[in-house]
Amino acid sequence: MPIHLLALKSLWSRRYVAGLTMLSIALSVTLLLGVQRLRSEAHDGFTRTISGADLLVGPRTGPINLLLYAIFHIGDPDRGISRATYDIIAAKRSIAWTIPLSLGDTHRGFTVIGTDENYFRHYRYGGSEPLGFARGNAFAGSDDVVIGSEVAGHLGYTLGQRIVLSHGLAAVSFADHASHPLHVVGILRATGTPIDRTVHVTLDAISAMHLPPPSPFAGVASSDDQTRARADPYSPYALTAFLVRLKSPQMIFTAQRAINGYRGEPLTAVIPAVALQQLWEVVGVAEKALLVVSALAVATGVLGMAVAMLAGMNERRREMAILRAVGARPGQIFALLMSEVTVLALGGLGLGMVLLNLLILAFGSRLADRYGVIVRPGLPDAQDVALLLLVLAAAGVGGLLPAIKAYRATLADGLTVRV
Amino acid sequence: MSDAAIALRDVTFAWGEAPPVLRIAELRIATGERILLKGPSGSGKSTLVALLAGVLDPQGGTVEVLGQDMKALGRAARDRFRAGRIGLVFQMFNLLPYLSAVENVVLPGRFMAGRAGKRADSVTHAERLLAALGLDDPALYRRSVAKLSQGQQQRVAAARALFARPGLLIADEPTSALDSDSRDQFLNLLAAECAAAGTTLLFVSHDDALAPHFDQTLTMAELAAARPV
Repeated sequence: MPIHLLALKSLWSRRYVAGLTMLSIALSVTLLLGVQRLRSEAHDGFTRTISGADLLVGPRTGPINLLLYAIFHIGDPDRGISRATYDIIAAKRSIAWTIPLSLGDTHRGFTVIGTDENYFRHYRYGGSEPLGFARGNAFAGSDDVVIGSEVAGHLGYTLGQRIVLSHGLAAVSFADHASHPLHVVGILRATGTPIDRTVHVTLDAISAMHLPPPSPFAGVASSDDQTRARADPYSPYALTAFLVRLKSPQMIFTAQRAINGYRGEPLTAVIPAVALQQLWEVVGVAEKALLVVSALAVATGVLGMAVAMLAGMNERRREMAILRAVGARPGQIFALLMSEVTVLALGGLGLGMVLLNLLILAFGSRLADRYGVIVRPGLPDAQDVALLLLVLAAAGVGGLLPAIKAYRATLADGLTVRV
Repeated sequence: MSDAAIALRDVTFAWGEAPPVLRIAELRIATGERILLKGPSGSGKSTLVALLAGVLDPQGGTVEVLGQDMKALGRAARDRFRAGRIGLVFQMFNLLPYLSAVENVVLPGRFMAGRAGKRADSVTHAERLLAALGLDDPALYRRSVAKLSQGQQQRVAAARALFARPGLLIADEPTSALDSDSRDQFLNLLAAECAAAGTTLLFVSHDDALAPHFDQTLTMAELAAARPV
């Protein structure tokens, strides 16, 4: 009878303890792989918060600062870009499309973005996922508003809901644009990006809410308007930033240099993917900490296995003595114990994978709906396999102690158990 | 090197620094003999069994089993020698409770040098041994030994000890838990199997009533007092 079969039968005779040991390894493996998948997905989601745009353009500032306030809506810009500048750049022949972004208002703590129809047509997140509507459609006029999934869920809004925006970016505002109520015409699907927490209106709506009644000269931005825009980032003449897609990706660095050197006003153009990666290096410490915690959980599981085996070792000395009597060498007793460790560890890994997939099947859609984190069930990928091999190696190290103890006990006991 | 099945001379054994628990001036058992070895508890019978099995090393003297000086063998070689040449039966039968009767019997085959041959042959051999030792219900062969009676377990233990066709069978008080009828029947079957295989039998017990089943009876006290020739 091969040693591994003997190990299986021996384990089966202690199936309750072995089962619990396997379960503890399985739970730690589930945690480790779950964290790894979420971490990987969060990283991918973060670094792909925006895709499809070649450049993000804003007033002169640092790349991470521009990314934070224009895309993640964190912090305040200290200046804006005039719409005249935007119009000039957007009209360049090398540019395929642009998406204007105008921040400055909120709705019950959620950021309001003034933009145009290009936003819904061209904005991409994730790999190159377009924005989709859970209900309704894009805005058509200055009275329309499109809300993100989290806004709708949190505030309980549905299509046709009448809402009023508030001036400023503070969580609580005392200046409502009550004279310009809007109606919800669309609710976006969850994206797992800041878009879920955003209220989208047209640039015209922004203007209508902030400007005095139209005069015969409205629509012509004077040089005074441009000056005001640069001084006040929330001026209705200003844009906070805009996204640019070039007709040819080979033009990215040329366009970036040209915009950074624009003489009309000081501008910053950053490549979103590069800035996102830089930002992740700052915020990615938390996900590394999470991985360390789950690695500690695995260590606990493996240690639990070693403790369970050590605790049962005294009861098994008779079994070892029998094996010695029929000719088993101490090394084969050691191999038997290591086979048991391998069986427990492999069983734990397999069970852990099954548990993880069951959890994903049970809660995956809720994760996607609520947080936009898309985790799919399936076989382990290369990173998972590397982690699983590490767990197996850790189990092997953890199993050395009981195996060495068994080896020594068989040498000391001989054919009978000595106490 | 001698042609005796067992040859011990000036053997002493002690656990660590403690006084010796075993002293044997000389012991010679000829091949094919059936010997009853008697001695009270604590006289060193089990230690002698471990020395003969090559699991323990004496502090002094020589131990030859089936012509092999046990000290001359390395640890692994000694384990293989035990698996292939020596059968052991214990008082508590010492079967692995998670294996069936046949699986217990063929177990030494796993550890013998060169293995025991094909698995099917091993199983046939094991079943023949079980039947010869009085366990003639094939339904019991695949049953877990934990579900067998004491008498049945004892037969499985004896079959396991004889599985490798050993030159020497050492039985350490295997009949102490049996009634006299079962004991006599078992001893007759065991003796017959040993005779058929040419196996030397060393039977350790403190039961005087067993003497008629053996060619010779030795006591631990005699072994300690004997002078080397």
